[in-house]
Amino acid sequence: MKTFLVVDDSSVVRKAARRMLETWSFKVEEAENGAVALDRCRQHMPDGILLDWNMPEVTGFEFLGLLRSEAGGAAPRVVFCSTHNDVAHIASALSAGADEYIMKPFDADILREKLVEVGLLEEEPL
Amino acid sequence: MIGPSDFEFLRRFLKDKSGLALGDDKRYLLETRLDPVMKKASVTGITQLVATLRERGSSPLAEAVIEAMTTNESLFFRDKRPFDQLAALILPELISRRPPGQPLRIWCAAASTGQEPYSIAMLLRDNERLLGGRRVEIVATDLSGEVIERAQEGVYTQFEVQRGLPVHYLLKCFNQEGQMWRINADIRAMVRFSRLNLLQSFAHLGQFDIVFCRNVLIYFDAATKSDVLGRIANVMTRDGYLILGGAESVLGLSSELVPGSQHGFYIRKN
Repeated sequence: MKTFLVVDDSSVVRKAARRMLETWSFKVEEAENGAVALDRCRQHMPDGILLDWNMPEVTGFEFLGLLRSEAGGAAPRVVFCSTHNDVAHIASALSAGADEYIMKPFDADILREKLVEVGLLEEEPL
Repeated sequence: MIGPSDFEFLRRFLKDKSGLALGDDKRYLLETRLDPVMKKASVTGITQLVATLRERGSSPLAEAVIEAMTTNESLFFRDKRPFDQLAALILPELISRRPPGQPLRIWCAAASTGQEPYSIAMLLRDNERLLGGRRVEIVATDLSGEVIERAQEGVYTQFEVQRGLPVHYLLKCFNQEGQMWRINADIRAMVRFSRLNLLQSFAHLGQFDIVFCRNVLIYFDAATKSDVLGRIANVMTRDGYLILGGAESVLGLSSELVPGSQHGFYIRKN
């Protein structure tokens, strides 16, 4: 079973994302900021990470830099999921090592398409 | 509530004008979609609408009725696989068979709001080396004038640019305008849009190496599917490809087309 870490300081977003991801048979863990997320990753590197930008303590952007320098930290597919809906932020996220970017608000269709794009989900059979 | 004779008239009208085959279970859909059309045209009810259509079958109101009943859902790189196969297999194969300098011609026969032809254009832009300077003409047509206008404008919502579009294409091929995203002029210039009803002749479009006709035949009855497929075969080059939607096939509908080696791709029978 593939594992997924949802990192967001909003419990509502974490819950919604968890529901979607569990529908697609991911084992889901949650973290409310980048510091907690880094601890989780050190214990177990997930297959995918859904990552908010603005969070207390360690932001999503800072977390991504730290994650990518960890042993095994290059492996997780990271999908940023943020209210920063502009070209500059998207470009920064990709340069920092994000694999995809979701502009909030999002729904299950968008998340699904992004996970197909990063290879964590198979496209639906034709 | 639509009476039986009004429903029968509308069913026949839509079939004749657009090929749309409306089942008995679609009465509710008809009412929901025609309600805004009637309000806009100050028509008081279905009976008055039918009377007006009987009188003038080719009026702006008639076009609004057809457009309202047409499904225009589309997304970038829909189903992903056909685009992967286009870049990895079909384009290299066709290019290797064509003399240098001969342009490749691609037709999107149900282009809707433009996501499909623009996906092809972005894919080609990403594979310019493969084309080796060869020109590619993308012709995009749709029954609805309204959606063609939207497609030509090339402006999409945040929701639309996130469904199926890899984010690197968003950065490379779009400009942000507030909450909307506009496709870059160089990508837009690669596509020629026009209005076309598939029930009418499309021989004037010329011959095509690749025809995308996805998720439109499902709305037609068997006879109409067969007719359209036959005429598509006639505008395909001898070694050309037709790409249909995931739920569509030529099986039992065409004597000229057979499945190719990739799922969803069809070739002319030799």
